[in-house]
Amino acid sequence: MDLALTIGIDALTYASWLFIVSLGLTLVFGVLKILNMAHGSIYALGAYAAASTVALFASWGWSPASSLVAMLFAAAAVAAVVGPLLERTLLARFYGRDEVLLLLVTYALFLILEDATKLIWGVNPYYVSEPYSLLGNIEIGKLVFVGYDLALIGLAAVCGLAVWLGLNRTVAGKVVLAVIHNPEMSASMGVNISVVYSVAFTIGVFLAALGGAFTAPMISVQPGVSVSVIIVSFAVVIIGGLGSIEGAAIGALVVGLARAVAVHVMPEIELFSIYLVMAAVLVFRPEGLFQSVKARVI
Amino acid sequence: MAPTKALAFSLAAIAVLLLAGLAAPKWLLFLSTMAASHGLAILGVVVLMRGGGATFGQGLFFAVGAYGAAMASIQLGITDAILRALLGALAAGLLAGLVAPLLARYRGIFFAMLTLALSMVAYGILSKWSALGGTDGFNLPRPTVLGMMLDTSWADYVLYGLTVVFAALAAAGVAVYFRSSSGLASLAVRGNDLRVEYLGASPRALLALNFSIAGALGGLGGALTGLALGHVDPQFAYWTTSGEFVFAAILAGYQSVAAVFVASLLLEVVRSFSNLYFPNTWQLALGVFLLLVVLFRPGGIGSLWSGRKAKPARPEPEGEPAVACKEGTAT
Repeated sequence: MDLALTIGIDALTYASWLFIVSLGLTLVFGVLKILNMAHGSIYALGAYAAASTVALFASWGWSPASSLVAMLFAAAAVAAVVGPLLERTLLARFYGRDEVLLLLVTYALFLILEDATKLIWGVNPYYVSEPYSLLGNIEIGKLVFVGYDLALIGLAAVCGLAVWLGLNRTVAGKVVLAVIHNPEMSASMGVNISVVYSVAFTIGVFLAALGGAFTAPMISVQPGVSVSVIIVSFAVVIIGGLGSIEGAAIGALVVGLARAVAVHVMPEIELFSIYLVMAAVLVFRPEGLFQSVKARVI
Repeated sequence: MAPTKALAFSLAAIAVLLLAGLAAPKWLLFLSTMAASHGLAILGVVVLMRGGGATFGQGLFFAVGAYGAAMASIQLGITDAILRALLGALAAGLLAGLVAPLLARYRGIFFAMLTLALSMVAYGILSKWSALGGTDGFNLPRPTVLGMMLDTSWADYVLYGLTVVFAALAAAGVAVYFRSSSGLASLAVRGNDLRVEYLGASPRALLALNFSIAGALGGLGGALTGLALGHVDPQFAYWTTSGEFVFAAILAGYQSVAAVFVASLLLEVVRSFSNLYFPNTWQLALGVFLLLVVLFRPGGIGSLWSGRKAKPARPEPEGEPAVACKEGTAT
């Protein structure tokens, strides 16, 4: 029973940050039709920026509670700088081209950002453990859980709801849905597509950076974090169906559960348990769990 | 290319390269061996790419070839380098043939991501398998060639020669394949697979065939790389290895087989120099270079000397965000 509870909470914690990151990935794919390989690098940027900002706030003598604000601020700053810059200067050149070509472009971007991060922050690991103990511990039954982990679950829920409501219950969201459905028609109805793409990409970047910033206290921030993130979040969005928010949520839960069970029961298969699940899903649902079948166009 | 012409080209290339190898310093010899063996794996990526399949998992077959050849020497006691290389290619080709029917149902990024997933599963298995040395891998016993023990002073040259011969023959084979009916139909699949289906050919079978060829070439390349390094480790299967193959394949383009090896050599040269002089920015250089190629020479360097004009892949107007956001690029 305790084991089940531990696995459950572990799975939820892991799934929640994974969901935040994958939400950005799936949103960018849904709107721009780009599977962004550099998403993990932006996650890493968020984590590094959070590490620096938290340290900066602490050096100004602000209270430890401000570190939560610092992390949020770091994610927003990364999104505000990186999002429009990448979208306008680089990705805008490739719209309407082959999806695979765009995959390569973002792969190039991934390579560039990897080294850019190393150039800015060096290769030594950063630790930002202060915020992690900030929210205390919570006892459930006989087990003790870290409050921060549970708060992360809440954050993921907030992000998911915000994006879902924003897309489905606001006028701006409806415009985005229209662009997803048919960009040409939307353009002829007077929608400024460039702005929609820019904003959607920036929100995607923000979500990646947010995931990175709020995971920073739980890990050591060092070169290489981006790679593991991108591989796992790919699995999430593929399992859920590319471009689907519900899919990303279910995918994150599935991957979180698979990983948590693997870690507690068979630690040696941790890494590829995720991929076994993904392969299994794809054998039965080639387009992922939540993707409707599309007609192929000649 | 006609079979006789391709064979003549490859024999001439072998002769020139074997002679040049005699004069080359040791470091260049090793570098060229790596370029040729990696070039084989990249050639596989190109075969697949030409048929409309993008792979981020060529590392899987690279690793299976390397490990297969290594196991052949350790478990079966096979010391002959040629036999080991062929067994590596066979192991990888068989594996590719097994998974090909499953993967051939997918196209585009799904295909790419699934190959990535497979290679990462292999990476996971290899790095946790302690009998195979885990993440450290293991060292290989020295090979023999045609029953002769390799003298240490000549070993590098012999392995270089072996790799060059394999690479040139494989290149000739691929050049012939490109002009065969399957090879030409693959090109059509890249253009529009649905139309190919209407015309009665099976894009799925073609993709599966190309994938198997790519797997066998990857395995051959991996086995030869393992022989030359004297060591194999799970890094062979890691996705960054596959990423480098893709990089070189894009750089080469699919119009010229020779370009594949030029691109491979370029990559090796840049890699070894940047390891020395700028270890922390070499990925950055690769990324910028990849962007430049994609932007300004979408046909790869092969289109520099191949007569046909490379056209960037233009999508169908429907179903894509085809509305260009900049003036002048509208389709």
